[in-house]
Amino acid sequence: MIKGIIKKGVYFDSVTLMIVSKDLNKIKGVSDSSVVMGTNENKSILKMADLYLKIFNDADDTDMLISIDADNDEAFNNAIKFIEDELKAIRNSSDDTSDFAPKSFESALKLMPEANLSLISVAGKYAVAEANKALGANINVMLFSDNISVEDELKMKQKAVEKGLLMMGPDCGTAIINGIPLAFANVCNKGNIGIVAASGTGLQEVSSIITNLGGGISQAIGTGGRDVKKEIGGIMFIEALKALEKDEQTKVITLISKPPHPEVLDKIASEIKQLKKPVVAIFIGADVKTIAASGAIPAVNLEQAAVISVAISENKDYKEALNKLNARQEKNKTLAKELAKNNSGKYIRGLYSGGTLCDEAQLLLKDTLGFTYSNTPLSADYQLSDIWKSKEHTIIDLGEDEFTAGRPHPMIDFSLRNRRVVDEAEDKETAVLLLDVVLGYGSNLNPEAELAPAFEKAKKTNPNLTIICSVTGTDEDPQNRAKVKQTLENTGAIVMNTNVEAVELAESIVSLLQ
Amino acid sequence: MAINDIFNKDLKVINTGIESFKENIEHAGAKAVHVDWKPPVDIDPKVWETINAKEGIINAANEKALEIILNGKPNLIGMDLAKNVIPGMKPNLILHSGPPIKWERMCGPTRGAIIGALIYEGMAKTPEEAEKLAASDKIEYAPCHEHDTVGPMAGIVSASMPVFIIKNEEYGNQAYCTQNEGLGKVLRYGAFSKEVITRLKWMDDVMYPILKKAIESLKKIDLKNIIAQALHMGDEVHNRNRAGTSLFYRTIAPAIIKTSDDKQNMADVLDFINGNDHFFLNLSMPAAKATLDAAMNIPNSSVVLALSRNGTDFGIRLAGTGEKWFTGKAPLPDALFFPGFTKEDANPDIGDSAITETVGLGGFAIAASPAIVQFVGGSAQDAVNYTLAMYEISVGENNIYQIPYLNFRGTPTGIDVRKVISKNLTPFIDTGVAHKDPGVGQVGAGVLSAPIEPFKNAIVGFANKLK
Repeated sequence: MIKGIIKKGVYFDSVTLMIVSKDLNKIKGVSDSSVVMGTNENKSILKMADLYLKIFNDADDTDMLISIDADNDEAFNNAIKFIEDELKAIRNSSDDTSDFAPKSFESALKLMPEANLSLISVAGKYAVAEANKALGANINVMLFSDNISVEDELKMKQKAVEKGLLMMGPDCGTAIINGIPLAFANVCNKGNIGIVAASGTGLQEVSSIITNLGGGISQAIGTGGRDVKKEIGGIMFIEALKALEKDEQTKVITLISKPPHPEVLDKIASEIKQLKKPVVAIFIGADVKTIAASGAIPAVNLEQAAVISVAISENKDYKEALNKLNARQEKNKTLAKELAKNNSGKYIRGLYSGGTLCDEAQLLLKDTLGFTYSNTPLSADYQLSDIWKSKEHTIIDLGEDEFTAGRPHPMIDFSLRNRRVVDEAEDKETAVLLLDVVLGYGSNLNPEAELAPAFEKAKKTNPNLTIICSVTGTDEDPQNRAKVKQTLENTGAIVMNTNVEAVELAESIVSLLQ
Repeated sequence: MAINDIFNKDLKVINTGIESFKENIEHAGAKAVHVDWKPPVDIDPKVWETINAKEGIINAANEKALEIILNGKPNLIGMDLAKNVIPGMKPNLILHSGPPIKWERMCGPTRGAIIGALIYEGMAKTPEEAEKLAASDKIEYAPCHEHDTVGPMAGIVSASMPVFIIKNEEYGNQAYCTQNEGLGKVLRYGAFSKEVITRLKWMDDVMYPILKKAIESLKKIDLKNIIAQALHMGDEVHNRNRAGTSLFYRTIAPAIIKTSDDKQNMADVLDFINGNDHFFLNLSMPAAKATLDAAMNIPNSSVVLALSRNGTDFGIRLAGTGEKWFTGKAPLPDALFFPGFTKEDANPDIGDSAITETVGLGGFAIAASPAIVQFVGGSAQDAVNYTLAMYEISVGENNIYQIPYLNFRGTPTGIDVRKVISKNLTPFIDTGVAHKDPGVGQVGAGVLSAPIEPFKNAIVGFANKLK
């Protein structure tokens, strides 16, 4: 049956009515329908659709015509109610006031003409064009993207130097500029320690330790790891160094990197000699004498670099601070004895998500245990033949491409590492599981919830196993370091303040087991 | 500058790529704008090299094209029969919308409208006879665009049809368009039943002479002025022409009364215009065409001068490549359908009406038209965002056509094919939807983004022609 009504003097535009009509036919018992204003054109459309009723003859432009082909009165009434509800909803719906997202750098700049930094994380093949747009507009760049040619990097950095701009990256994962953590970075105290780093996790570890010690960061500038290689020549590393020397907020300059190319190191060294501010340097794995010769205060690990920097920033004798670290080591040896008592395993199995922290662990262990097996070993002889299977002391970097292909980085996705935790626990020769947990923006927001079940399962399988973690991050990080620490300790894991301390404890335990 | 210049200032970040980085920055207390970035369209790098090497020359040519477009003064100056005024028009020639196409590849609505036109012209008595004639070599076809004309939907123009004459007073060129027939079963949507032909004949015999006299008495009607006002009154001047039609009606009504004497006919004509919200579309389209054509053949200009579809192909033309068409497949629009119809019934995008977008109206001005925002997803903000996005692919902004909601900012004007390609962002178009079968007519209205292929082809053709 076709039944209809006229609503006199009710005006809705045709589009609204089409929207309302669209879902009418979904009502049970309604096979066809139309809701239109009573213009002559609409009347002829109704006729064509066989939905015209005599009562519509008198309707005019400001009358709403509803015509429904319904099985029964109930269906018809439901349809009328539906229309009324829909029209009411459309009238009352507030606009979605979502902001307009510009489609390009140029229009973003129109929206924010005073922009002073461009953070770029698009695929490498497009990133250079985006970075050049920013440099062209006299805007500093942080280039998170990797897979960019050395030639392009050099060109961009030369252009930046010419213009007096920061060009962080490519492959720069972290920075803190004017107190704002960028990309993968931690929420650190503001302060007077300026950092230049060619190592992402290294920067995160040092800036977090500084904050946890009560110190603070003025600027933390990431250069990308390739900056200190021969081809790039430390170009941005040196520019950043000079900028921090001029920066009034910066009192101490801390340098973090893997060992630079010797020629680059020479350049950096001669630059350091020009500076009036104290410089603390950790060139991970480099000979301390080389660093000392450059005029910088050498640190042998990331924690030391942080401790020395904080001491100087507070006008304290940094040697005293280092002595405190040694005293702590004695205390941890006592703890190690306790933990070694029931431990029936033999080896350390390190499962790292931070590449620099993985390197640091291998370096620290080399002095006491010798080389460790790894997918990224210090010596080629210790390359794991099967990266999925540990051998004796093994320290692996799960952030390497061979593990991350097709899945997110282990700082975000814990599934691979959790599986490995359980696998290693099943190996009776495993004495200590050593892990890093990196907090901050960009990392998994609930690492403790991800890790705790894996730890509990590992403990169940192997009750004598010792699990030692370090947590890189601060209490101000979105994950809250204290909360993460507490949850992990509740599983029986030992949580240390720094990677260095965690490695030292692990090493002390296995030394007692040999 | 020095690196230190950024230190100790409020950080203001443009974030391109991972969106959460922007949220983190804001969470940490700094300001950030996220770029809704898409990879550029994949084009031979050599093409970009060629184009980038001439960047300055192209920019200058585009500024010139923009200036000509902004200076255009389209006026309605009269009416006549197509055969008397359209250049090259002849009895066996039928003009259609979009780029050139042969009968074999024509879509249903175009074929239907041609059948209707042949019956209307008295060249065939039945649809079957008309179809046979249409497929023979006795009938020639050409795009409206190549004869200074534009036609909505199928865009069919035959020799006896009356047309509006629009003159660009600044540059002297003219454009032509037929009278709008209204909604429902109409020729431009491919309908050809008796009522369609009867209405066309009435338009010839009654409406045309009355309008012609009225326009003559007024000498000219400033269409640019009407369009500018219509934008302020809620039209985007493509899918919604209610304000434009009303303004035209206010202008023409007294002139009709002064120049005609048959009361019934006058009343019928005025009623017809009043009852047809789309009447002004057939004036806004040739106004756009006359405005844009003045910028034809500016060497090295990458500005788009026509976006047009024949229901099979989507074609574009550039200022720097003149009459050459660059084409790709016409897509199906996203639409709201009339009762009884669905997407299954829809013909791919059709009509010269995207000439309104080309001049910076229609989808480009949709932020001015809150009444039709539901086509774009329901909220006024969506409509605003579409207009804002169109600034990204435009050379400049109109000085006369403005959008009240955007603080009277001029509409985005002068589509630059380089920007379309590098931002992978194509023009946003309002459109009517025709039934895919001949003879049925309109089934809905909606929106679409132009396909990328014509622009890809155009940028290559443009690079090859660079001087």
